[in-house]
Amino acid sequence: MNFKSEQLNDCFVDDYLPTIGVECHVQLDTKTKLFTAINNQLTDDQLPNSAVGPLCLGLPGTLPVVNQKALDLAIAAGLFLKAKIASETRFDRKHYFYPDLPSGYQISQHHYPIIEGGLVEIPTDAKTSFSVRIQKAHLEADAGKLTHVEGQDYSLVDLNRVGTPLLEIVSQPDLHSSQQVKQYAKELYLLMTYARVCQGNLAAGNLRFDVNVSVSKSANQLGIRTEIKNLNSFRFIEQAVRFEINRQIQLLEDNQTVIQETRGFDEQTKTTFSQRQKEDAQDYRYMPDPDIPPIKIDSNQVQEVEKNLPIKPQIVRQTLNNWRIPFSDWETILDNQDLAQFLVAKNQDLNIDQAQLFVKWLIGDLLALLKQNQIVVKDILNNFENLKIIINKRLADEISNLTVKQVLVDLLVEKISLTNILNQSVKTQITDQTQLQSWIDQIIQEYPQAFADAKQDAKASGFLVGQVMKLSQNQANPRKVAELIQVLLKNK
Amino acid sequence: MISSLEDLVRQVKKQKLKPSQLVEEAINQIQLKSDLNIFIEIYENQARFQALQIEDKLNKGHPIGRLTGCIFVVKDNFLLKGSKTTAAAPILQNFEAPFTGTCLQKILDEDAILLGKTNLDAFAHGTSTENSYYKSTKNPHDSQRTPGGSSGGSAAALATDICHFSLGTDTGGSVRLPASFCGVVGYKPTYGLLSRYGLVAMASSTDCVAPFTKTPQDAKLLIEIMAGRDNLDATTLDSSNLDFRPKTVNQNLTLGVIKELNQNLDSDVQKTFNEALDHLRTNGWQIKEVSLPNIKLALACYYVLVSAEVSSNLSRYDGLRYGVHQSHDDWGELIKLNRHHGFMAENKRRIMLGTYVLSQGYYEAYYQKAQKLRTLLCQEFDQVFRQVEALLSPTSPTVAFKLGSKIDDPVQMYLADLMTVAPSLVGIPAISLPLKTAGLPVGLQLMTPQMTDNFNLNLAQELFNQLC
Repeated sequence: MNFKSEQLNDCFVDDYLPTIGVECHVQLDTKTKLFTAINNQLTDDQLPNSAVGPLCLGLPGTLPVVNQKALDLAIAAGLFLKAKIASETRFDRKHYFYPDLPSGYQISQHHYPIIEGGLVEIPTDAKTSFSVRIQKAHLEADAGKLTHVEGQDYSLVDLNRVGTPLLEIVSQPDLHSSQQVKQYAKELYLLMTYARVCQGNLAAGNLRFDVNVSVSKSANQLGIRTEIKNLNSFRFIEQAVRFEINRQIQLLEDNQTVIQETRGFDEQTKTTFSQRQKEDAQDYRYMPDPDIPPIKIDSNQVQEVEKNLPIKPQIVRQTLNNWRIPFSDWETILDNQDLAQFLVAKNQDLNIDQAQLFVKWLIGDLLALLKQNQIVVKDILNNFENLKIIINKRLADEISNLTVKQVLVDLLVEKISLTNILNQSVKTQITDQTQLQSWIDQIIQEYPQAFADAKQDAKASGFLVGQVMKLSQNQANPRKVAELIQVLLKNK
Repeated sequence: MISSLEDLVRQVKKQKLKPSQLVEEAINQIQLKSDLNIFIEIYENQARFQALQIEDKLNKGHPIGRLTGCIFVVKDNFLLKGSKTTAAAPILQNFEAPFTGTCLQKILDEDAILLGKTNLDAFAHGTSTENSYYKSTKNPHDSQRTPGGSSGGSAAALATDICHFSLGTDTGGSVRLPASFCGVVGYKPTYGLLSRYGLVAMASSTDCVAPFTKTPQDAKLLIEIMAGRDNLDATTLDSSNLDFRPKTVNQNLTLGVIKELNQNLDSDVQKTFNEALDHLRTNGWQIKEVSLPNIKLALACYYVLVSAEVSSNLSRYDGLRYGVHQSHDDWGELIKLNRHHGFMAENKRRIMLGTYVLSQGYYEAYYQKAQKLRTLLCQEFDQVFRQVEALLSPTSPTVAFKLGSKIDDPVQMYLADLMTVAPSLVGIPAISLPLKTAGLPVGLQLMTPQMTDNFNLNLAQELFNQLC
C-alpha cells in the first residue's frame, strides 16, 4: 500500500474503503496487425471487413508471425511505465467461441508477459502525487466488432479490428476513489500517447478500461469485487466507479452480499448492470501457442527503443514547474502534446518571464485561436521566433496588452509578416502627449461623474483609461494614458 | 529406366523424355488404379497444360527448374490457390484456397507437374485413410489392406508409379507409416526445416511437410528445394548451414537399435528387421542395442499433446466464413450443427480429448505432464546420440493391416504409431526405408539428431543400397 494512513482515511465512504484495480487495453499504433502484414491504420470511414486477410479470417494454412514494431512499442510503453522488460516473452492461446473471433482462440500472453512490474506516478498538485503499481502488461490480438441492429434478429460482424495489437496494462488494486481512477486513467492516456504507442482516440476505442471495484470496512481485507468492462471515456470511468462503490455499500448496509460478476455501464442512466456471473465464467483452456516460438528480448533492443523515446509527461511537468506555471494550467499544456514537447525543447531559450507570458497566451488566447481557425500547433511552433519577438516587445511594453491579441491573429491567422504587423502596431501605438491629452479631455467631459469618483478613489480611474483606449481604437499607449489621468486627478 | 529424379530431369532436358508423354502415361496409370481410391481431385488438363508449357520452355531454350517434367501429387491438406483443399473433411468440401503454401510453391517453381490431390484421413487424423470423408484408399500390394495413413493417397500414388514423387505431411508418422505399408521411402525432416505455411494444420508443434520418393537421394533433392526460413512461418529454421552435397558415409559409425522398440513386433516385421540387422553386421556395420526408457510413454504423451493442439487448431472451423454450413436461427446452435456435420468421428474424438486435457483442473495432470515428458524424451535422445550416430527401429510394429480391422478400436489404431511418434515429439529427422521382403512391405526407420538431415539422407542412401 503506497498511501499514508491519513490519506487512506480520506478515501473512506461511509465507513467503507473502496479498492480499485484497472485493466487498460491500449491499441498499438502499428502500420500492420500484430501477426500478419494487413493494414492496421483504419480510417473513420473504413468499410466493414475491408482490412482483413487470410489470417484475420481464420483461414486454414495461415500462421501468425509477430510484428516486431508491436514488440518495440510494447517495450516503449514498458519504459514509460518504469517497468521491467522481460528477457523472454511467449504467446498463449485463449480459447472461446464467439462470432467476432474467427480462429476460435485469441493469441495473448498468459504466463510470460512482455512487461512485468512498473509504477505510475500521478501528480495531485505541483508537489504531491500518488502512485499506482503496475502488475504486468501483455500483448494480445484484438477481436472483431459486432453490431446489434436494433429491431432485427441478426448482428453484423466486422472483422477489421481482428488482430490489431493490444497492450493490456494491469494495475495493482492501489486505487481508492473514483477520482483517483479517473486521474490514473488520464495519466495512462498521457503516458501512452507521449510514448507514441497509441493514437489516443478514445471514441474509436484506442484505449479501453476495465475496472475491478470492491469495498471493505477494513483497509487490510478486500471485499468481493465486481468488474465493469469496456469503459472508454474518463467521465464514464469516474461515473461507473462512483456508482459501483455506492451500489456495493448500499448492498452491504442492507445486509446483502456483493456477487462477484462482470458488469456493464449504461451511459444514459450512468448505472452499472449485471452481465455475467462468476459461475458462468468460461474455461479458456490456455495453451502455449505452438506457432510462435518464445521471443528473446535482449538489452540492445531495449536500448535501441530507449534511445528513440519521446519525452515523458514528467519532463513537461518539471519544465512547467521550473517556470512557476500554476498547477491548474499544466493539464492544458500536457494535453497538447506537440506544444508540450516544443516547450520542453525551448526550455533553454526562454527565461521565466518570457515563458510565463508565452504559456499565459497559449492558455488564454492562442489555443482557442487555433481551435476557431483550425490552425495546427505546428503553425505556432513554426512562428516561434516571431512569437518570441512579440513576447519581448510586450515585456518591454512596446506593444500593449490589448494589441497583442490582434498581433497574434495577424501573424497566425491572417499570415501577415511580422515586419508589417510591427510597423503598423508600433506606428499606431500613440504616445504623443498632445493627442493623448485631447482624448482624455474628451472622455472627462463625457463622463464627469466617473472623473469625480476617481478623485475619491484612484482605483476607479481604470474606467477612464478604458474609455480613452476605446476612443483611440486601442492606439493609445495605455500606460501613458493612465499616467496622464493620474496627473490630472492629483492636480484638480 | 529412370534411376532418380535427377536422371529423369536430365532425360527431359535432353528431350529423350517428353513431359506430355509422361503426363499421358500417368493419367493412364491413374485409370488403371482407380479402384484404389487414391485421389480426391485429379488435375488432368492442368497437368497437360503444364507439360506443354515446359516443352515450350525447353524448345525455346529458356531456363528450367530442377524438377522439370517430374510428375507429382500432393495430399489434399496442401493449399493450392484457386483449387479445392478439403483435408478430406466434410466441412471443407467446398473450400477453395486463396493462396498456395510455401513448400508446394517451391516445388512448382522447379517445373514439377502437379497431377492431383490425394486422399487422407480427415484433417490427417488417422493411420489408415479410413477416416476420410471420401472413403479409404486401398493398399496397392493388397487391396483388402490399408495403405497406412494419414498420407495414404500420396504413398499409394507413388507405389503404383502414377507419379515420380509425392508430398504428404507427417505429424506422428503420417508419411513414414504409409511409406512402410506401401513399400516406398518416406522422409520426415527436422521439425521447422520446411515451412508449414499453407498446410491445413493438425498439430502445429509436430506437423512437417514430408516427401514420398523411390530413394533417399530423391528425398534429399526435394528437401534441399523446400528447406529454409520462411517469413510466413515463425517456427522455420535457417537451413543455410545444411550442406546437401553428396557425401560418402563412413561405415565405421555405430547404429543403435532401440531396445524398447524391438519388442512385441509382428513376426513378419521382427523377422525382416532382424535379417536387415544381420545383413548390416555382416557388412561391417557396428550395431549396438540402446535404451530409451521413457519411449514407452511417447505414444501417450503424443496423443495428449497432439489432441490438445488439434482441439485448438480445429476451433476455427465453425462453417460461418467458409466451409459447409447448415441452417439455424441461433448462432450457438448453428456452429454446433456445422461442427457436428463437418467433422468425422475421429476428429470429434480428438477435439474432445484435447479439450479435456486443456481444461481447468486437468491441464496440470495431462497437458503439462506430457510437456515435461516431451522434454525428458528430448534429453534421452540427446544422451543416446552421444553413444551412437543413428538409431534404427521398424517403422511399424505390423505390416499393413486389413481395412476395417481397427476402425472400431481407436487405441489399437493409435498403437500403429508406436514407432513413429517419438521422433515427431523430439523433432528429429526420421526416414522409412522399404526393406526387401517376400510378403507385404516392411519399413526400416532411421533416426538421426536434429538438423542432421543431410547426414540422415546420405546414411539412408547407403543403407538403402545394401538393404532395399
